Amino acid sequence: MIELQEAAYGYGGGPLLSDISLRLAPGSFHFLTGPSGAGKTTFLKLCYADLRATSGHVTLFGQDTKDMSRDEIAQARQRMGVVHQDCEFLDHLSLSENIALPLTVTGRSGEAQEANLSELMGWVGLSARADALPPELSGGERQRAALARAVITDPDVILADEPTGNIDWEMSLRLLQLLVELNRMGKTILIATHDLGLIRAAKAQVSARVLRIAGGRLQLAGADL
Amino acid sequence: MSVLSGLLEILKGDAQADRVVPRRGHSVRLTLFTSGAMAFLAVFALALSLASGRLADRWSDALARSSTIRISAPAAQMEAQIWAVLEVLEQTPGVASARALTEDEQRALLEPWFGPDLPLEDLPVPRLVEVIETETGYDPDGLRLRLAAEAPGAVLDDHTRWRRPLVRAAERVRSLGWISLALILGSVAAMITLAAQSALAANVKVIRVLRLVGGRDVYIARAFVRRFTLRALTGAAVGTALGMIAIAMLPSAQEQGGFLTGLGFAGLHWLWPLTIPLLSAVTAFWATRSAAFRTLRSLP
Repeated sequence: MIELQEAAYGYGGGPLLSDISLRLAPGSFHFLTGPSGAGKTTFLKLCYADLRATSGHVTLFGQDTKDMSRDEIAQARQRMGVVHQDCEFLDHLSLSENIALPLTVTGRSGEAQEANLSELMGWVGLSARADALPPELSGGERQRAALARAVITDPDVILADEPTGNIDWEMSLRLLQLLVELNRMGKTILIATHDLGLIRAAKAQVSARVLRIAGGRLQLAGADL
Repeated sequence: MSVLSGLLEILKGDAQADRVVPRRGHSVRLTLFTSGAMAFLAVFALALSLASGRLADRWSDALARSSTIRISAPAAQMEAQIWAVLEVLEQTPGVASARALTEDEQRALLEPWFGPDLPLEDLPVPRLVEVIETETGYDPDGLRLRLAAEAPGAVLDDHTRWRRPLVRAAERVRSLGWISLALILGSVAAMITLAAQSALAANVKVIRVLRLVGGRDVYIARAFVRRFTLRALTGAAVGTALGMIAIAMLPSAQEQGGFLTGLGFAGLHWLWPLTIPLLSAVTAFWATRSAAFRTLRSLP
């Protein structure tokens, strides 16, 4: 599905990440943790081919990202749901249109998808906000909307970058619950977060593997988690 | 994507895809106004080119088939010389008809310079014989030699001297009209390219989000191409309509008005301006498409 083999990446100075090897098996649940600036976002960007590894290999659905054209990357992203740290939306579109955007750009919007969208908005508790514009949403609503947008195409993998970064604890738990539900539905989940409380709460519900980035390398986190 | 299928796709439209790229007033107005203004100018360039073409054809065709023989002789010999010339012409292959202009006709020709009461009979004015050629035409050098022998006062003027530069000038004006049209289309392409690049630069965030949710570059490019093509088509249609109205309101062609009053469309030539909006749309389609893909390739 997604596999990194001795992958490395640097922004110009020294390498930020090096010798990263990881295979995300179907249906697995991973947490990626580490201090701010450790490279969690960069790691995720390598996973959805927003960045290409400077050495080593990153394979998406059997294809090395170095050999993938823009179209192939777009097709791979249609099989992935990404929740970005800053929850980027198109401010001129309503919330429902933003959530349906992955369907719109792939020409899959139709009556069946409309029903799916309505159900999904109810699932994340945003039915009443369907016509709101993104600037009118609270941090929690944005995060839930980002999650809804990430899953609307029924992707195989969900990558989430600090999905609870801007929301209170109660809302974080609600969002985590949604991700756990998705994992139980067979989705592969990778969450980058520095919120150890969230990781502990998740481990109480699912079998999650916790990875830590330290010194640019990936390690299995200790038993303290 | 061929031009035709691309244009059909654009005309078919996609309401949801159209909403993906935000509308920004500046580039909308710029594109509409410029394509409208360029189409208006293109109508005049086309009218100039077609009118020059008609003029060149008329001069080269009609005048090429007529010539004049000027007879200068003492009054006593004039009638004999005219008959001699007409006899020569009757025997000359390639001459369809020939006739001597009457005194009234000659007076009418001279009236613009000497007024209506010209005493033609008292003046040593040469007499004119109008010659109409057949399709194949006659041999002017042979005719000149025969005239020199049979009617020494007769001089053949086959209009070649003054017709050639006129036809050449008209053909050059026609070429300039077509060059102007090409330049106008080039300007439309340049303007649309700039407006499209500006719109793409202003929508980098939109492009990034579309890519992150799985949008292919061809989809993103199409959203911009559709918008600019339709704007160029609309602006050019309005500009063309106004240009055609302006041309229709020009004074009608008259002999006295000469070239200027003939600057318009005649008959089926009125259909030609209808191609301007289509050409503008095709130009906008290609300009936006290449600008979009160039910009998308340059974005990380």
